[in-house]
Amino acid sequence: MLAARIIKDQGIHVEGINFFTGFCVEGHTHAIRQKDRDKAKRNNALWVAEQVGIKLHIVEVIEEYKDVVLNPKHGYGQHMNPCLDCKIFMVGKAQAWAWMAENDFDFIITGEVIGQRPKSQRKATMPIIARESGADDRLLRPLCAKNLPPTLPEREGWVDRDKLFGFHGRNRKPQIALARELGFDDFSQPAGGCCFLTDEAYSSKLADLWRTRGKRDYELDDIMLLKVGRHIRPRPHYKLIVSREEGENHYLSGYRHEFTSIMPVSHKGPLALVDGEMTEADHELAGRIVARYSQGRDADDVEVEITAPGAAPIRLNVKPMPPNEIPADWHV
Amino acid sequence: MSEHFELDARRLLCPMPVIRTQDRIKTLQSGDTLSVHCTDPGVLEDIPAWCRINGHKVVSTHREGRDISITVEVGEK
Repeated sequence: MLAARIIKDQGIHVEGINFFTGFCVEGHTHAIRQKDRDKAKRNNALWVAEQVGIKLHIVEVIEEYKDVVLNPKHGYGQHMNPCLDCKIFMVGKAQAWAWMAENDFDFIITGEVIGQRPKSQRKATMPIIARESGADDRLLRPLCAKNLPPTLPEREGWVDRDKLFGFHGRNRKPQIALARELGFDDFSQPAGGCCFLTDEAYSSKLADLWRTRGKRDYELDDIMLLKVGRHIRPRPHYKLIVSREEGENHYLSGYRHEFTSIMPVSHKGPLALVDGEMTEADHELAGRIVARYSQGRDADDVEVEITAPGAAPIRLNVKPMPPNEIPADWHV
Repeated sequence: MSEHFELDARRLLCPMPVIRTQDRIKTLQSGDTLSVHCTDPGVLEDIPAWCRINGHKVVSTHREGRDISITVEVGEK
């Protein structure tokens, strides 16, 4: 937001690009979960574009991004976050650079600040992003430009370097002060964390998905489902995705044509999807786990219905599993 | 002459309905209208925001239960 505004204030035409990888934290869970429905939701990229007064182009890169997640040349950060490769990808030849060339723009700006993020925004990595993306000196970081060699737009005089900044470090106070100075009294989360790949719990679920499937790959539905529900793996060959409330029930119900589902029918309770190959021998255990999260959790038994896609539902009575019988390591 | 088009974006979570709307509108002419059918309530905020930013106009919004339809008029290109 700040970088775009600083450059626009120099009379330069700016437009924004937002890449959707499927791993964005943005609003999805708020859209799904009933309890969050009352929270004001916004897509922060759209909101920023409107605050700054620029056009925004949202580019879906789910398929292309797979190689970044699965084979990051520069490795992962603390979790499954391939931040350095991600930045190279987004700035790079196939993405922002290509868009820039096709649409007659002259350089790319980002809001990066040296030292702001441990994996990708360091003095050593900023030149790597510029070089390996192919953008080279057409990549300008207005917020920390004075700590980096002058780029082409600065050397050519398209951008006044004196009006750029030399922010550095993890502290966001300088950016927040600049935001206030520019008249912004609202902004999205300054500390980042807008990608599920930086989240420990999500990364654990993604690793579990790959391990149990025996291959490192994913589709959009896979990575969306990892954001929803309790993921419980009672046996190596299947996992239950158990909704936590009505909104998640509704979201998961959209997948009933693809997954076996389990739902209590004698009491109110969650819809659960079965990811994997559950056999008839697994029905009782799976039913007991789902019943544990229903309103019949303290009852002697709960009737559940198990429905495989295209098959007639099967009903059975199960004794809800007490919480202390669900081992911690079943929770993914 | 303006034409009207329909887009099914049901079961997609934002920003996918916005992306689909954006990509469809790229193929349309100024004055055409596009009705986008969605189920993600996030579109009530996101599609109008996208329209404001990119010079298009929301002409109507209809909500029935979980089904949402937003009709957009394509602005100047």
